[in-house]
Formats: sequence, structure tokens, C-alpha cells
Amino acid sequence: MAKALSRPRRTQVVGDTPMELSVNGRPYKLYLDARVTLLDALRDHMGLTGTKKGCDQGACGACTVHVNGRRVLSCLTLAAQCDDQEVTTIEGLAGAEGPHPLQESFVRHDGFQCGFCTPGQIMSAVALIQEGRAGSDDDVREYMSGNLCRCGAYANIVAAIREVASADGASAGRTSADGASAGSASAARAPRGGTDASL
Amino acid sequence: MLPFDYARATDVDEAVNLLAADTNASYLAGGTTQLDLMKDGVLAPERLVDITRLPMRGITRDDDGLHVAALTTMEELAADSTVVEDFPLVRQALLLGASTQLRNMATIGGNLLQRARCRYFRDPGVAECNKREPGSGCAAVADSARMHAILGVSERCVALHASDLAVALVALDAVVHLQGMSGRRSVPLTQFYREARTSPDVENVLVHGELITGVTIPFLPATATSGYLKVRDRASYEFALASAAVALVTQDGTIGQARVALGGVGSKPWRSLEAEQVLTDAPANEETFREAAAAAVQGAWTLPGTAFKVELAQRTLVRALRNISGVAQ
Ligand SMILES: Cc1cc2nc3c(=O)[nH]c(=O)nc-3n(C[C@H](O)[C@H](O)[C@H](O)COP(=O)(O)OP(=O)(O)OC[C@H]3O[C@@H](n4cnc5c(N)ncnc54)[C@H](O)[C@@H]3O)c2cc1C
Ligand code: FES
Ligand code: FES
Repeated sequence: MAKALSRPRRTQVVGDTPMELSVNGRPYKLYLDARVTLLDALRDHMGLTGTKKGCDQGACGACTVHVNGRRVLSCLTLAAQCDDQEVTTIEGLAGAEGPHPLQESFVRHDGFQCGFCTPGQIMSAVALIQEGRAGSDDDVREYMSGNLCRCGAYANIVAAIREVASADGASAGRTSADGASAGSASAARAPRGGTDASL
Repeated sequence: MLPFDYARATDVDEAVNLLAADTNASYLAGGTTQLDLMKDGVLAPERLVDITRLPMRGITRDDDGLHVAALTTMEELAADSTVVEDFPLVRQALLLGASTQLRNMATIGGNLLQRARCRYFRDPGVAECNKREPGSGCAAVADSARMHAILGVSERCVALHASDLAVALVALDAVVHLQGMSGRRSVPLTQFYREARTSPDVENVLVHGELITGVTIPFLPATATSGYLKVRDRASYEFALASAAVALVTQDGTIGQARVALGGVGSKPWRSLEAEQVLTDAPANEETFREAAAAAVQGAWTLPGTAFKVELAQRTLVRALRNISGVAQ
């Protein structure tokens, strides 16, 4: 224990799998059991309880966070897999100027009842707008379908997201619903993926 | 989840060697199947070899087709410009599956190897499951489950292969590239999967430790039209009850070439050469499509709970063919 105490402040030793994560810009050095998911690491070992555990099985979206800027499910991600990666949680959204526009918009539109799904909804919505998929109500419904709300606040959630997306002009303009309506072969040109293939 | 060792492989040889050395080890890619089943207690490897840092990411194209490295995510493949332009059925199959969060995690290699969604398979509390415990029986058959397969199944197992992508890829004659202890090989995806009828517990031709390194998707003729149609219980974020991946080359109202694969109904992604045979050299009309659909579901093995899929699969296929050929109902 004496050794552990002499480590830097945000170090936790409860297992033997080492990992260094950057969460909301702060570095964490952890030694955890290999089984610990990113969700449990955030909640139980970093004190970041904003991210919620709904199903713990990849079905509800309550645990949505960003890893390297992409929205993912922290309940099906091992913390160890995030070694050296950048994680953003709901606690990391607000800036010096105050809450994130989506946080304000959810409040203004009553985008929740119990609020349990809300951190996941907002993290998903931030990514949705960055992906350019908030151009219509239908697109928002389709590309937010991985975030369930047991209270059924969907109509207000869509309104909250659309308001911010419209104010955000450029990224809201593109529509990408083609994949959601099978049979349509046309699509907006999307950026090509990486080219460092090795087969 | 039972305890396991976590190891991160940095090159392909290291990954293959780590698995070869340990029959109780598994690969970990996006984790959306692997960790899910470990939480359920269905899988309990003693070691997970994380392959997500291997240099197996990205997409290139040449005359043979599109080469997709195994760690490319579903979202990345769907956004690729060649997929957008030339493989609408692949893009649709990808974007109609799972959710954006899952598609950002899920890899193409992992997608092809996803396990059955059968709730009896996923519940170790159920004793009878020939997929988990060969010879123990099949609780799904006794319970007459609904979300199950009707092709390539028998009373031994009715589990469904739930991948949407794999259905599009068998229609396209995609080839998977493998690397194992005894070297590299390439296998047509149509010969990669095994039917539950013959071997519920052995789902494909992979041997322990063999790594999927990538997939090659050959181009369709430039004049082909193609599409993927998925029918399900809700509009989004749900597995298929029935789906169809189709491609046609039609000239002056006559079908010259056809590709047909069905999802939501097979114990493996179901290519239907029978339907293709009916379509080829036939007039592109409703009658032909219906005849092809009837051929596609021949030999279906149903339970009271899955009997509806015989009709649903046919209607799905007919509608998919109508959509891409512009033939009115
Ligand atoms: C809620 C939910 C909804 C879903 N809906 C859909 C849907 O509608 N349509 C659909 O098609 N899919 C759906 N899926 C399944 C999802 O697409 C798969 O779980 C995913 O593609 C698996 O990829 P992965 O990278 O996460 O694989 P992992 O979970 O990491 O691995 C899966 C298996 O493959 C092995 N493996 C992985 N990569 C390799 C490799 N390169 N070589 C050898 N072995 C390897 C692993 O050892 C493991 O056994 C859904 C999943 C969830 C949880
Ligand atoms: S807690 Fe992760 S998806 Fe439900
Ligand atoms: S606000 Fe209660 S679950 Fe969404």
C-alpha cells in the first residue's frame, strides 16, 4: 500500500492489468482487474458517475461515451482496451462558458422525465450532429435509435436535438437517411475510409 | 464474467501464436459479441487477445474488387466512397444493423463471426442446447421459438445467423482471408459457414487460432442493380425477421444474371442458387419473382412459431426484386 500511496494522485491499484486513459482531458493511471469495463472504471474507479448503467449488455445506450471522438457503448468496452485513448463523458461536455448547447436544449425542451437515459442521449446526440446526421426528424430518430428512453421522452429529445442542429447550420444540412430506407441505391458521397489495408 | 488474462497483440504473428499456444484463449475485436456472451456466462475464455491494435484496418480497391481489412468498423465500411457508389446493398445491410454506437465498435471480421441471438443459447440456465453443449438437445424446438431459422435447420438446432452484412456478402461472392499457424488461405464466404442441421456447435470452417485478416468483395457488372431489404418487428435497431440481398443484370426486360441471398431465415447467411436459376434468362416480372421466391424457401423446416417466415421470406424477396428492377406490383 505504501507504494500505491506514493504514486501520482489519480492512480488506482485494484488489479494487475495496467492502463493509462485520458478522460475529459485528465490523465488516469489504473491497475484494474481485466474484467472491468470502461463503464465500471468510470463509475467505480474514477468517480465519474454521470455515465449510466442501464442494461450492461449493449442494448440501451445509457452508457454511451466517446472514445477518440466516436460514440461507443462503455458497457461492452474493456477499460484495458482504452489504454492510451481519449475518452469523453457527460462530465466533459460543459465548458468555461457553461453547459453544452445540447444540455441546455434538453432542459429547455424537457427532453427527459427520470433523466436516467439523458447522459447517454446527450453524448449520442453530440456525436450525431458531428456525423452530420441531424438534418431531419427522421434522421434523428433513425440514428438515435440505439438510445432507449423508458420514460418515452422521445418527441422532446428529437426537438432538443433538432434545435441545436439547426443552429449549427453546416453539419445539420447533410442528410444521410439512405441506408435506413432499403431499396434506395443513391447516397451522398461520404469520405473514404483509411487506406492502410493489409490483407 | 469469469476472470481472464488480457493480452494485447501488436502484430498478426504474435496474435496467432498467442492463440495457438492456448486452446482456452479467444480474440477480442469490438467486443460487442464476445463480451456480451462472457457477461452471460456462455463464453468463459481464460485469456482474451485484444487484436484491435493490429495493423488490419482500412479499405483499398483494385480490379479484383474492394479489399476490406478485418478491423475496419461497420461505420467505416458504410462510409467508404466505393461502397457508397458501387455496393448499395452492403451499405444498406450495414446501416440497417445495430446502432451507430455498436457500428463504431463492431468490426467486419467480428460481424461475420457473431453468434446466434437464440435466447436459449444465450442462457446457460437452459440445459438443452446443442450449440453450447453438443448432444444436450434443443430447448428452442420444444418451446417453438419465433426469431429462429427455417433453412439449414433441423430438430437438433434452429438458431439463426443474424448478420445482415454476411447476407449481402454471400450474394456478392465475397472471399475471406485467413491466417493461422499453418499459413494463409482464402475461403469463399459461401463455403465458410456450416449449417446447424449438420453441426450446431461448429459454425464455420475456422480452426482454433485462425485470424480473419480481411475480406475481398468483387465488383458486380457495371449495369447491375442491387439492394438489401430488411423486414423486422420495429423500424430501427432490430434484427431481421426476413431480409433479402439481391442483384440483377437485366436487358430488354430479360434477366441475364441474378444474385439472391436471404437473411433472418437461415442457420447461415443463405445464398439461393435455386432462386437465381429461376431468374436467369426469365422475363423480369412479378410472376418470375414469385417463382424464384418459392424456389428459395423450398425445403424449409418450420415450427409453429417460425411457420410465418416461409411466406414472409418470399414476400421480402419479391419486394426486394421489384424495388431494384422497377417492376410494378
Ligand atoms: C444490441 C445489438 C444489436 C445488434 N444488431 C445487429 C444487426 O441488426 N445486424 C447485424 O448484422 N449485427 C447486429 N449486431 C451484432 C454485431 O454486429 C456484432 O456483435 C459485431 O459485428 C461483432 O463484431 P465485434 O468486432 O464486436 O466482434 P467481437 O465481439 O470482438 O468478436 C466476435 C467473435 O469473433 C471473434 N473474432 C473477432 N474478430 C476476429 C478476427 N479478425 N479473426 C478471428 N476471430 C475474430 C471473437 O473471438 C469472437 O468470438 C448487434 C449486436 C448487439 C449487441
Ligand atoms: S448499459 Fe450499455 S447499452 Fe445499456
Ligand atoms: S428520461 Fe427516463 S429513461 Fe429517458
